[in-house]
Amino acid sequence: MSPTGIAVAVLQVILTIAVAPLLVGMMRVIRARLEGRVGAPIRQPWRDLRKLLRKQRMVSQNTGVVFSIAPLVLLASAALVAGIVPFLSTTSALDQVGDLFAIVYLLLLGTVFLSLAGLDAGTAFGGMGSSREMTIAAIAEPTLLVAIFALSVSTGSSNLGAIVADTLANPSKAASPASMLAFSALAVVTIAETGRIPVDNPSTHLELTMIHEAMILEYSGPDLALVELAAHLRLVVFLGLLANLFFPWGIATTAQPLHLLAAAGAVTVKLIVLAAVIAAAEVFIAKVRLFRVPELLAASFVLAFLAVTVSFFLV
Amino acid sequence: MVGAALAVAAVAAAAAMIAGAVLPARSRVVWVGVCTALCATAGGAAATAVLTGSSTFQANFPNLFPLGGVRIEFDALSAIFSLATAIVAVPAAIYGIGYSAHGPSSRTVQIAWPLLVWSVMMVPAAGSVTGLIAFWELMALSSLVLVLAEHHHNVEARSAAQWYAAMTHLSLLAIVLALVVLAHQAGGDSFTAVRAGAGDLSPATASVVFLLSLVGFGAKAGVVPLHVWLPRAHPEAPSHVSAMMSGAMVALGVYGLVRVGWDLLGGGPTWWGAVVLAIGLASAMFGILHALLSSDLKRLLAYSTTENMGLVFIGVGAAGMFAPSGNRSLASVALAASMLLVINHAAFKGLLFLGAGSILSATGTRDLDRLGGLARRMPVTAATFAIGSLAIAALPPLNGFVSEWLLLQSLVHSLPSNAAVVAVAMPVAVAVVALTGGLAAATFVKAFGTTFLAMPRSVEAGQAHESPRTMQVGLVALSGVCVALALAPTALTSPLRRVSAAVGGLADGAPIRTNGVYLQLSGIQAGLSPLLLATGLAVLMIAVLAVVRRGRLHRTVRDIPAWGCGRTVQTARMEYTATSFAEPLQRVFDDVLHPEIDIDVDHHVESRHYVQAIRYRMKIRDGFEHRLYLPLLAVARRWGDGARRIQNGSIHRYLAYSLITLITVLVVSR
Repeated sequence: MSPTGIAVAVLQVILTIAVAPLLVGMMRVIRARLEGRVGAPIRQPWRDLRKLLRKQRMVSQNTGVVFSIAPLVLLASAALVAGIVPFLSTTSALDQVGDLFAIVYLLLLGTVFLSLAGLDAGTAFGGMGSSREMTIAAIAEPTLLVAIFALSVSTGSSNLGAIVADTLANPSKAASPASMLAFSALAVVTIAETGRIPVDNPSTHLELTMIHEAMILEYSGPDLALVELAAHLRLVVFLGLLANLFFPWGIATTAQPLHLLAAAGAVTVKLIVLAAVIAAAEVFIAKVRLFRVPELLAASFVLAFLAVTVSFFLV
Repeated sequence: MVGAALAVAAVAAAAAMIAGAVLPARSRVVWVGVCTALCATAGGAAATAVLTGSSTFQANFPNLFPLGGVRIEFDALSAIFSLATAIVAVPAAIYGIGYSAHGPSSRTVQIAWPLLVWSVMMVPAAGSVTGLIAFWELMALSSLVLVLAEHHHNVEARSAAQWYAAMTHLSLLAIVLALVVLAHQAGGDSFTAVRAGAGDLSPATASVVFLLSLVGFGAKAGVVPLHVWLPRAHPEAPSHVSAMMSGAMVALGVYGLVRVGWDLLGGGPTWWGAVVLAIGLASAMFGILHALLSSDLKRLLAYSTTENMGLVFIGVGAAGMFAPSGNRSLASVALAASMLLVINHAAFKGLLFLGAGSILSATGTRDLDRLGGLARRMPVTAATFAIGSLAIAALPPLNGFVSEWLLLQSLVHSLPSNAAVVAVAMPVAVAVVALTGGLAAATFVKAFGTTFLAMPRSVEAGQAHESPRTMQVGLVALSGVCVALALAPTALTSPLRRVSAAVGGLADGAPIRTNGVYLQLSGIQAGLSPLLLATGLAVLMIAVLAVVRRGRLHRTVRDIPAWGCGRTVQTARMEYTATSFAEPLQRVFDDVLHPEIDIDVDHHVESRHYVQAIRYRMKIRDGFEHRLYLPLLAVARRWGDGARRIQNGSIHRYLAYSLITLITVLVVSR
């Protein structure tokens, strides 16, 4: 674990935290423009967070320790993942600390804590949100892990740095059937895990359709700020995984400041493209019923499964 | 050293049984607990000595039984299972002191408890067929007595004990058949002789022996379809006994399977592994789905034992598939994953059952829909149960994650392979492990959330108090073990190397290497550092806290009522219950589970437009029990009815039977 490696990891965490709310703001602007509205400025999510952070902490009666620490665990786990995922450079010190499996389970840790917090207030909405969130998390898990399986077969490792380096060395891999199938499977899971349309609607407050929003209904002030920031960060982490696992070009393989700067530019462009596609697509599709979501995830699982078996039959 | 420790264990067990027989009720419980803990500690010390040194221990007691003596052979494979036993038995014995004080303190129970601990400890140490069967039967009988411990006020315990007795003896029958064939072939009953003689077995005989041992040991491990006794017997036993049965006893099924299949028989064709893998996959899915939908806390934990044994079987089966194709290093990793899971499972399942026992003794109920709000009333139980839940849901940075990670790594790196069965089986296995992990997270969010969070759903839960000190000691000790295993799994690298060296037919070499804090696998380019993950999480949490809670304003917290759409009072009836929490997943898996749902609506007397009460009943039937066991039982009953006609009570008829038998015997044996 070299000092530059640690520096890269810390830099990644700070940059992703800084960029995440801006990216969400941009998605809102794109959506608003496509719907014929002006929309709030791109930096609005940061303003909201700043406002929330200044408020007094208010905690519902009946809640306990779990309710208080859940936002911390959620944000810390998402931030740790942001340090592991190769956003800027493959030389992050955390690369050997955890691989893709560790990332999936770290994100699940955050989900579990938030679900427990949803149950802690003892309201019907909180329980409803928790129950739905865990349902989706549980059935998204096979797709995630089998897609990772597909990615790691050709590389022989599930470590992110190794996968990225392998794709950089063999650019034709990005266009292989296995890689494209795994990409589409992961894209569906990204939608489900980050609570976007058609699985969940981040801007709804209609009681019967909420998932994420129902779970965090009792949070306010600084706690809400942490939960919101963590949600933004998870979106960036998933998009960054999609971007750099399948299209790693532009990423730095050293820790030189100039290379890192170029990599930051490259990853920002990739994130903006992916986020813009999602935001634009959301305008044209409707949220599906909760009990149709498993069908969507089952389809993505089939894609992931094909990705693994294709790499067997074609290699 | 090993011999002395095992001798101390035997003496302590004997002392505990004598204390249970002669002392008066109050001091009996204390002395039995202390001596049992001593016995388990000594056994754990012996296991540790074998796992850290390179020595094995052997001893012979040729005159212990009239026909064949008992031989003790304590190698690394034995030791890892004895270590798992010690991990759960020491805290369970201390916990038992407090738990039995107002519960099962009768002489029978207090004699059977140390006997169970000692026999579970000694089953893996047996080095001969006779020894294994003797300890196995001691274990079965003492646990049967303990399942019946509370039969006088718990009717369920009686039928549970019947199922358990029948299944455990069917399992014994299969094991005896398998081992007798082996011993007969070898001309001796010590494992050394059996191992040497197994090479001469024809492949068909070897496979029959393997399948018999799979049935026998699989029944003890509680894997599908031989699991039916497990969700009945484990919940009805006193909780420290449940912890022992679920944490340590069922794992001996895995021990037996590995010992007979891949040590004594020396391994076999790929399909052995494939069968074990398939059983593991089915058990993992079946176990976790039923655990998810169970609203009885101890039953939920029992089903989750079936799930975890399924995961262990997946590892063993995968190793059995890799080894014949020559991929020994991957087989070692898969076996190491299984063994680590056995150790981890002993720690977290033991912890969870002890926690369930605290809840049961504080509230008198195991029904999740009647619990709630216990975190405030029972903080120690809540904190330790939380650690156990996170560990069993395989979440980092706790110990369950490390074994899940190892298992996934061994499955993922089986490709590219040139065998089509591996190429199809492994993605399925990864998907099942993943789905099991996700559902386990949902299950334990449900279990912890509805038990400890929000408001109590019954008067009993509202009046709960923290359990006595001895029980807390047991809980804290086991959660300490979970944390230690989570942060320093690297300490187990050389023990796991010795285990894989002990299973000649399956593995060789060092499955896990370590450089300081990183875990590295042999032949696999992948690393993990649980310690650094935990450190990273802690550092980031502190950093976030430091940034957010700077101002004075944030240190004062205002209590406000929960938001409730304009209603004025919040009652516990508005909360989500365990049943409602699992409802979406129940709908998703509707086609697999076929739940029976009854909804009764009572209308108001005055008008049918007003509803007075709604009753909702949901019952999940065990498909195997319904389609497999009940028809079998019906057939057995018909046979019994037929036999009744022959046996009508008339002494003349019986004399006639004797005469006929005598004549037949004389004619036949002439």
